Amino acid sequence: MDRYAALGGIHLRGVIQVTGLRRSAAFTGSGQPVTEGVAGFLLHPLVSSVESCNTGLMYGNDFSAPDDAPGGGLLGEVEAAEVALREAAARARRGGPAPEEDLEAYFVDVIDADQKIEPRDWMPEAYRKTLIRQIAQHAHSEIIGMQPEGNWISRAPSLKRKAILLAKVQDEAGHGLYLYAAAETLGISRDELVELLLNGRQKYSSIFNYPTLTWADVGAIGWLVDGAAIVNQVPLCRCSYGPYARAMIRVCKEESFHQRQGYEILHTLAHGTPGQKAMAQDAVDRWWYPSLAMFGPPDGDSTHSAQSMAWKIKRFSNDELRQRFVDMCVQQAEILGLTLPDPDLRWNDDRRAYDYTQPDYDELMQVIKGNGPCNRQRMEHRRRAHADGAWVREAAAAYAAKRAEQKEKVAA
Amino acid sequence: MTEQSPLWEVFVRARRGLSHTHVGSLHAPDAELALRNARDLYTRRQEGVSIWVVPAGAITASSPDEKDAFFDPAADKVYRHPTFYEVPDGVAHL
Amino acid sequence: MTASFDFVLSLGDDALIAAQRLGEWTSRAPEMEEDIALANIALDQLGAARLLLTYAGELEGAGRDEDALAYLRDDREFRNCLLVELPNGDFAVTMAKLFFLSAYQLPLYTALAGCSDERLAAIGAKARKESAYHLDHSALWVKRLGDGTDESHRRMQAAIDEVWPYTHELFAADPAAPVDPATLRAEFDATVSAVFDEATLARPAAGWTPGGGRDGVHTEHLSFLLAEMQVLHRAHPGAKW
Repeated sequence: MDRYAALGGIHLRGVIQVTGLRRSAAFTGSGQPVTEGVAGFLLHPLVSSVESCNTGLMYGNDFSAPDDAPGGGLLGEVEAAEVALREAAARARRGGPAPEEDLEAYFVDVIDADQKIEPRDWMPEAYRKTLIRQIAQHAHSEIIGMQPEGNWISRAPSLKRKAILLAKVQDEAGHGLYLYAAAETLGISRDELVELLLNGRQKYSSIFNYPTLTWADVGAIGWLVDGAAIVNQVPLCRCSYGPYARAMIRVCKEESFHQRQGYEILHTLAHGTPGQKAMAQDAVDRWWYPSLAMFGPPDGDSTHSAQSMAWKIKRFSNDELRQRFVDMCVQQAEILGLTLPDPDLRWNDDRRAYDYTQPDYDELMQVIKGNGPCNRQRMEHRRRAHADGAWVREAAAAYAAKRAEQKEKVAA
Repeated sequence: MTEQSPLWEVFVRARRGLSHTHVGSLHAPDAELALRNARDLYTRRQEGVSIWVVPAGAITASSPDEKDAFFDPAADKVYRHPTFYEVPDGVAHL
Repeated sequence: MTASFDFVLSLGDDALIAAQRLGEWTSRAPEMEEDIALANIALDQLGAARLLLTYAGELEGAGRDEDALAYLRDDREFRNCLLVELPNGDFAVTMAKLFFLSAYQLPLYTALAGCSDERLAAIGAKARKESAYHLDHSALWVKRLGDGTDESHRRMQAAIDEVWPYTHELFAADPAAPVDPATLRAEFDATVSAVFDEATLARPAAGWTPGGGRDGVHTEHLSFLLAEMQVLHRAHPGAKW
């Protein structure tokens, strides 16, 4: 059942630097061993300073100090977060709060010591609610996010691409489940969360309300959308809430292959026939600004307080993350030989960053309100799957109940 | 809406010589399905593992570090969090 | 003894078309956990298809690789059984199809694992483990749906009745093949009967026995399936992906 054996290698050698090459002989269609770079190599080490805090529309943000990234790049940061988590656990602090101790002070104390809050710890109600909202939105995004890419599984242009895409979309379902499980530790059930999604009371990332019109869109989603998501997600590996941090470490490790496959699709198209290259450019043209909008409204318009920062749920502003994403993409686009659709994109030597055109935030607000190209379609698809499956879930429950009853009878 | 299927805690032995480690939780109507689902969800990138699934409700927790019950629903259930487990370097990408 | 191009092609086409149908379930399964399981099975079938089609292409010796065989043949050139090309229907129909397919593929791959064609034996050894999982998974659901609620029982019985006639084609005799499918019938029947009994399902009566897939005479469904699967590849002749 080793699905990755079936995927064939993802070859990017000579395109960008691949560190930590690892070779394993796997049974592939071509009989070739699978070769993959292990260390993250699309995302440069992130350099930043801590400034103001705003809540990202999608995933929230919380960057680690750049020094902590031994391997550099995405996986380096994830590994550093994992090490930090273990170290925090190893710093055996005191036990639980003393009988007379102020719980709020205890909670703050744990956070200040960079220790993790665990499921049955006392926590402020607002902390719990903030986390439920954020983790649920993240989980919903993974589940709804299966649709735009799933749209191309049946038409993938080669069997290798079909296998990779199937595995990728499957991963998203898995990530959704990890995240629902993390949210459940906060005292809400998955059924309740699913219900909140289906009746529109909880949101998912607006990016998934855009259509995937061509095969190149699958590449653009992997490169730009997954790339933007990773910029948001890597810092969450250090979130103060233990279950979320651990889920994110797992998710980020698995995600590393997603962005790569997208980038590789675009690279292949951009170096293919004129028709393929045009397809790739068109996809980048359509996905660039919506990807920038994934970081949420500009800091000046962002309503959330510094509370999430104090709680170490997130630390970095929307604009800061967006800037970081732009700076990373410019060189990657050059290597692809594709143009980012922004005539004003240029290096600013004073700021040591690229100047760029902001996405259309009015459009973003419209999409959030439900008026994007695919909002209705995505929700209808999810509702239908849930409704169509009801009789199956009922049957499984009825069968389990019958078996339990029989067991009791035998025991009696 | 049907009643939610029960929660199961999943424990995986990643390699020979290691003990089973809690890796997360999932929902399934019965033990047989829980085991299958655990395999699909938590060992997608790995072979040669042994899996336990335990009804979350059957676990009694004792942990002095935890302050009980500011919310009821999870009070009788232990850690329902997905963690990750040790895998040999790079195996995640096989 | 080396297997024939036609035989290996028919195995590869079975797996490919099964994978294509299972992939259609992505993001639509009755439960999120099941979405992951169906994708796993689709990936297994697709993996087997790639190995088999690659090998078929080598046996043919005309320079066709897995993609040439998957994307550039028309429906009359496909050699898969009709069972796999049938539409997914509801979850019961999909489980019925998967159950019958894996109850056939498991003994087939197991027998191939011991055949004298080394390449095919290696593929069989790998694929039989996967088939065992597919059989386990589908049997588990056939039992739950058959012995679940009244509605699920009705749907499961209807699915069995609908799909059953297409199982006969799987066992058409082919004495020249490395494994003659006719020899697999007894094991298939035993597997199926045991699960039917536990699932409180009635075995459909013998009667109509549609066939023709192995000769390239398919149902109307296959052409639509291929139109979707092949559209992008064919729109860019000679392109690399």
